[in-house]
Amino acid sequence: MKSFKWENAVGVFALLLFAVAQYMALFTAPAERHMSEVVRILFVHVPAAWIALVTFTLAFIGATGFLITGRRGLDWFVEASTEVGVVMTTLLITLGSLFAKPTWNVWWVWEPRLTSTATMLLSFVGILVLRSTVRDADRRAVFSAAATILSFVNVPIVYFSVRWWVTVHQIQSSPATVDPDMVFVLRANAFAFLFIAIWMIAKRWRIAKMRGLAETAPPLPPEVTA
Amino acid sequence: MDGLFTLIVSYLRQLARQSVHVYRKDMLVEWRSPSRFLGVLFFAFALIFMVAFASNTTDVMRRQAGGSIWIGLLLASTRSLDQSFAAEMEHGALEGQVLWPVAPPAIFFGKAFANASILFVVGLVLTPFALALFDVTPRGSLLELGAFLFFGSTALAAPGTLLTAITSQARGSSVLLPLLMFPLVVPILMAAAKGTSLVLLPDVMDQSTAWLVALIVFNVIHWPLSALLFGPVVEGGTH
Repeated sequence: MKSFKWENAVGVFALLLFAVAQYMALFTAPAERHMSEVVRILFVHVPAAWIALVTFTLAFIGATGFLITGRRGLDWFVEASTEVGVVMTTLLITLGSLFAKPTWNVWWVWEPRLTSTATMLLSFVGILVLRSTVRDADRRAVFSAAATILSFVNVPIVYFSVRWWVTVHQIQSSPATVDPDMVFVLRANAFAFLFIAIWMIAKRWRIAKMRGLAETAPPLPPEVTA
Repeated sequence: MDGLFTLIVSYLRQLARQSVHVYRKDMLVEWRSPSRFLGVLFFAFALIFMVAFASNTTDVMRRQAGGSIWIGLLLASTRSLDQSFAAEMEHGALEGQVLWPVAPPAIFFGKAFANASILFVVGLVLTPFALALFDVTPRGSLLELGAFLFFGSTALAAPGTLLTAITSQARGSSVLLPLLMFPLVVPILMAAAKGTSLVLLPDVMDQSTAWLVALIVFNVIHWPLSALLFGPVVEGGTH
């Protein structure tokens, strides 16, 4: 019998929460006064942005932890959270672009928030490419940890870009500036994205662990491979 | 407390002495055979030419002069960084330095400052040529232009040196270095290009100082961070 994995329970819960949160986003949340129905994209765009920054922060913590302790599990965690962060950022940029077309009348603007987000995505994609080019497990772990810490410098720039420069993108909203009916739906979607990310990171961590153990395992005796 | 202070001061002195030795070694190699400097310089010249050919009007050329200089320097820096580590990888020279023992942060500071110096001198030679080609007369002070070239070069060299130490030990280093370095240095490139443009063109809002401060901040972040990470990278990933 296959052993029960805790992340599968998180995954089922995340998908159920996501279905409910999406129903609220599409049908029960009020339309915005000026932007009307198109504002519903923000119920997935904003949580994708939050969780993308959270996953890259987790990758940074994992990378720092690996360089301090040398624990292989933390390297697998860096791989898993970087990959999930890349997925979330791609989703964030795609949804943002879909929102920009009807509201700004363009798919893309070269302004600080969008540019810094795109460069953050590219720098973490670069880390995944780096991991695929280094065969030695020890070196791969150290190189990607160092590159992750260096790439993390872009994350605060993304977050604060809307405050440091004059941008087309709005500054961060707070519950005080958003309709209470929208705040609840936004939070429900944010938690759904968070649990989906936890589920994906845990699944991806197990795959990285299996690959890592297979890499470092001694070769099979000739009578088995023959 | 006094003992700890003395220990820190003695470590910093040793670090500075070793950094100067590594820097002098790199610059001496360059002085005896300036192939890297000349190669990088002509590569940057060629890039400026290409940008000039691609621009359709003189007015457009004037407005993009600052950005063109930095695109030239950025692309040239990847060639320069690549070569600076290619020499170190031959016959295990880098490993020899680590085993000597030279402190890894000292190797980083020496090599990064040597890379920054070469880039800065390339920038000093390239800029007058680019200004003549793009028909631009600087409106701001030449000292400020020099400050942008200096701090821009050092800001590119710090993360560039660390990333080259990584990619030189991986497969496909010539593709990997730009892939890792370009996204990371976009904020640096933006600050350097915007600031240089504001020195070259009329700066009605007096914004160039803010971009220079941003460049200095990037230096303050990247130099110590890259120096700290350089040790594990060159020591081969063993704990």
